Amino acid sequence: MEAFQNLGFWGTLLVTIVLSALPLVFVLLYALVTIYLEMKVAAHVQDRVAYMRTGWHGVLQPIADFIKLIQKEDIISVAANKKLFILAPYIVFMGTYGAYAAIPFSSIFIGANIDLGAFFIIGISSLVVVGILMAGWASNNKWSIFGAVRSAAQMISYEIPTALAVLIAVMITGSLNLQEVTKFQAGGIQNWLIFGGPLPLLQKILITPFTLITFLILFVASLAEVNRTPFDLPEAESELVQGFFTEYSGMRWALFYVAEYANMFLVAGVAVALFLGGWESPFGSFLSGPIWGLFWFIIKGMVLVFLQIWLRWTLPRLRVDQLMYTSWKVLTPFLFVCIIAIGLILVL
Amino acid sequence: MSETKTLPTEYVSHPGEIKSSLGHTVRTDEMIINMGPQHPSTHGVLRLEIVVDGEIIVDVIPHIGYLHRCFEKHAEHMTNYQQVIPYCDRLDYCAAINEEHSYVLAVERMLKIEVPERVEYIRVIMAELQRIASHLIAVGTFGIDAGAFTPFLYAFHDRELILSLFEMTCGARLLYNYFWIGGLSHDLPPQFVDKAKEFCTYFKPRIKEFNDLLTYNEIFVKRTANVGVLPQDVAINFACSGPMLRGSGVNWDLRRDDPYSVYHKIEWEPKIGKGEMGTVGDVWDRHIVRMREMEESVKIIEQALAALPAGNVQAAIPKRIRPDAGEIYARTETPRGELGFYIISDGSGTPYRVKGRAPAFVNLSVLPEISRGGMIADLVLIAGSVDIVLGQVDR
Amino acid sequence: MTAVRIYFNNIWLALSSIAIGMRITMSHLFVKSVTTQYPDVKLKMPERARNRLYVNIDDCIGCDQCSMACPVDCITIETIKSTPDQDLGTTSTGQKKRLHVPVFDIDIAKCCYCGLCVPPCPTECIVMTDVYEFSEFDRKNLIYNFSVMMPQDIEQARAKLKKAEEEAAAKKAAAAAAAAAAKAAAPPAAPPADKPAGAPPSQQPSTPASDTPGQPGKS
Repeated sequence: MEAFQNLGFWGTLLVTIVLSALPLVFVLLYALVTIYLEMKVAAHVQDRVAYMRTGWHGVLQPIADFIKLIQKEDIISVAANKKLFILAPYIVFMGTYGAYAAIPFSSIFIGANIDLGAFFIIGISSLVVVGILMAGWASNNKWSIFGAVRSAAQMISYEIPTALAVLIAVMITGSLNLQEVTKFQAGGIQNWLIFGGPLPLLQKILITPFTLITFLILFVASLAEVNRTPFDLPEAESELVQGFFTEYSGMRWALFYVAEYANMFLVAGVAVALFLGGWESPFGSFLSGPIWGLFWFIIKGMVLVFLQIWLRWTLPRLRVDQLMYTSWKVLTPFLFVCIIAIGLILVL
Repeated sequence: MSETKTLPTEYVSHPGEIKSSLGHTVRTDEMIINMGPQHPSTHGVLRLEIVVDGEIIVDVIPHIGYLHRCFEKHAEHMTNYQQVIPYCDRLDYCAAINEEHSYVLAVERMLKIEVPERVEYIRVIMAELQRIASHLIAVGTFGIDAGAFTPFLYAFHDRELILSLFEMTCGARLLYNYFWIGGLSHDLPPQFVDKAKEFCTYFKPRIKEFNDLLTYNEIFVKRTANVGVLPQDVAINFACSGPMLRGSGVNWDLRRDDPYSVYHKIEWEPKIGKGEMGTVGDVWDRHIVRMREMEESVKIIEQALAALPAGNVQAAIPKRIRPDAGEIYARTETPRGELGFYIISDGSGTPYRVKGRAPAFVNLSVLPEISRGGMIADLVLIAGSVDIVLGQVDR
Repeated sequence: MTAVRIYFNNIWLALSSIAIGMRITMSHLFVKSVTTQYPDVKLKMPERARNRLYVNIDDCIGCDQCSMACPVDCITIETIKSTPDQDLGTTSTGQKKRLHVPVFDIDIAKCCYCGLCVPPCPTECIVMTDVYEFSEFDRKNLIYNFSVMMPQDIEQARAKLKKAEEEAAAKKAAAAAAAAAAKAAAPPAAPPADKPAGAPPSQQPSTPASDTPGQPGKS
C-alpha cells in the first residue's frame, strides 16, 4: 500500500476503491464455486449427481440461480419492521466482508496490513450477530426470533474459544499481525503452527499435541461461528423452518446466503493464516512467491471449506443446551489447559 | 455406556414478573407457536399448537383433520367389498400392503374362507418387505429431524429397490391393491424370488452402515437418549402399539401374540427397547427398535422365500362377496402398530360400517404427554419417533 | 466410572463416531450414483406396470363391468342397443357385439390406478399401459374419449333404435289389441295392465344409458 501514497486525493480514492473491490470479486466468484461444490459434494455423498443440465455437469447452475434470485419479487411482510428488515442483510454482509480486509491472501495482497489483524477480524465479524438479531426481530415471526436468539447466543459463546485459540497462535508467534504470523511459519510444512512452528526441537515436540488440539478446537468453534452443521441451530430447517431468514426472499436472501459462504472462507482463512502457514508454500521456498502464495492460500482455505461441507453432509445437529455444553465445558477448558501448557513450554 | 445414564433435567416454567437489572419490572409470559400445518418436520399436515417458555415446551396440543378424506363413509358407499381395498391403501400410504392385509383378513374371516398356503406365504413376504420400506422412511425422516440429511437418501435408495420388487409383482410402486379378498391380484413373477433374495443379502450390510452413520453417532445418541421417555404404564394406558410400545420395553407383537397368515411357522422374535443409551422408552429406543425390526423382517423374508409352496393364488370365493350379517374385528401388526378393521355386515354386498383403528392416531395421542418439559428440538424428534402418517391419523 | 472418565469418554465417543461417519460419507463420494437422468434415460417399466388406461374400443361390448368395478367412478359408458338387422361384428375374443358405445369416457385425473377395472372385462379390451407421461395444461384434456362413433352415427343409431322400438311397440300393441279383441269376453282389466309394459321401451334409449354409469348404487 505504501507505493500508492503520492497520488493525491482522487488517486488515493480510486486505488482504495479498486483494492477494496478486489476481495468482493473474489468473494462472489468463490461463492459461486462453493455453492456448486457444496451441491456436488452433497449429491455425490448421497449417491446422486446434482445439477447436470446447465452447462457441463451443471457448472452454470449457480449463475442461473443468481439470475433467478435477481428476478424474484422483493417481499417484505406487512408486519415487519421495514427499515431494520432492509438493513439487516447489509449489516450481515458488511460484518463478513469487513473482516476480509485483514485476511492475508498473499505476501503482497492484504486489504489492510494492520498490526491488530487477528483482533480486528474477531471484532468486526461480531457485527454479523447484530445483523442476524436485526433480521430476526424485524421479521416479526416467532420462528425468526428463535433463530436470531439462538444465533446470538451461539456466536457469542463460540467467540470465546475462537479468541482463545487465536491467543495461542499469538503467544507462539508474538504478533497479532496476520502477515507476521504467516511469515513466522515460513520454511515448509513442518514449520506450520499446527506442528508447533519453527521452535527448537524439544519445545516443538512438547508443543505439537497442544497446537493440534488448538487447531481442532479452532475449527470446531469456527463451524459454530458460521452456523454450519452440526451447529446449524439458527437455521435448523427441521425445527425453525429457516431460522432468522424465514421471511427473506430474492436478493436479500441471496445476500445472507453469500455472506454465509463468505463467512465459511473467512474462518477457514483465519485458521489457515494462524495454523496452516497462510500463503507460505508447504515445500519451503519451492513454488513460493506472491502469485503462488495466493494459490496456496486459496487451496488451503478451500480444503477447510471442503471439510466443512463434508461434515455438514455427515452429521446430525446438536441441541441448544448441548451446544452450550460443548462450548463452555469442553472447548474452553481444553483451551485453557492448552494456553497454560503452551505458556509453560514457551518459557522453558 | 450405561454409566452415562442421567435423567433429563427438570425444566420449570416461570410465567410472571421479573425485575430487570435496571430495576424495571418485566412481564414474562409463555408464547404460543403453531408448528404446522406447513412445517418441515410435522411429516404432513399435522398442526401442533405448542406453548413454550423460551425454548422449553410447556404444552403441546395436536390438531388433526387436515387430511380427512371420509374413508369410513366412502367404504360404506362402494359397490362391493373389493372396492374398499384401494381406499385402504391410501390410509397409510407408506405401508399400503399392511393396510390391505388387515382389511382382507377381516373380510376373509367374515366369509369364513381359507386362502391357499402360497397366498399366505406371499402375503407375509410382501408385508415384511413393506415393513422394511416403511421403517426406512421412518428412520430416514427421523435422521432429517435430527439434522442429518444423508441417511435419509440412503434409506430412500433401499426403499426404491423394494418398491421395484412390488412394481414387478403388481405394477404399482406405492398404492398396490395387491391383496385381494381370497387371494392376490397377481402371482409372483418368475424372477421375483431371486431378486428378493438378492435384496436381502444386499440389505443386511446397509443396515449396519446406516447404524454406523446415524444410530451410533454420538451427537445423535446425545440428542435422542433420555428424550421423550414413554414409560411402560403410560404406553399401555394410551393404547400405544407397534415400535412405540416395544420401544418402552413391552414385549407385544401381534405377529406373535395373535398370529395371522403364517407367522407362527416362522422363527423370529419381536425386538424391544432396553434403554441401552439412556432410559427405557426414550426416542433412541424407538429408533433402534425400528432398525432391529428391519433385520428381523429380513430374516422372516428369507425363511418365507425358502418355504414358499407352489399352488394357486386365488381361493375359491363366491363371485359376489356377501358375508352373512354380523361383525368382525381383525387386526395386524403394521409398521406403526396395531391396525384393526371393525366391519359390520348387513348381509348385502357392501359393508354396513367400516371402522379403522389407526395406530398412528392412537400413538399420536401420547405426544403431549411425553414432550412436556423438553425443548422445541426435542419435540421435533419425539414427533419423528412416533412415526405418524397423517393419512392414517385423519383417515 | 467417575464423572471425569465419563467426560473424556464422551469426547472420545463423539470424535470416533464422527470419524466413522465421515469415513462412510467419503466412501460414498466416489461410488457411482444410483440415480438416472430422467428425461434422457428412462427406466424400463415392468410388464405389469399399471399406468394410463387404454381401451381398445373395437373390442368393447359396452357391458359396463369396468365402470361398475371402478371405486372412483372415473369411467362413463353410454350404450345404444343395436337393432336385430344391424351387424356390429365380433370382438377379437369372438364375442358378438350387441350394443353401440357412443360414449366411453375415462377421466384419467380421477383414476386411482387400482387396476380393478381390468379383470372384470370379458373381452380384455380395457388395459393399463406403461405410459406415464401424460400431463396436460388443461384439465379437460385429461378426459379421454375412447368412443369412435361420429355424432351422425349416434343419431342414426338412436333413430334406428327408436324406429325399431316403435315398430316393436306397435307390433306389441297390435298383438295386444288382437289379443284383446280375441279375448273380448275377458275381464276389462287387461288393457290397462298392458300399458306400463308397452310405454317404457320408448324412453329406454336415453334413461338407462345415462343413469347406469353415474350411480353404481347398491346391488
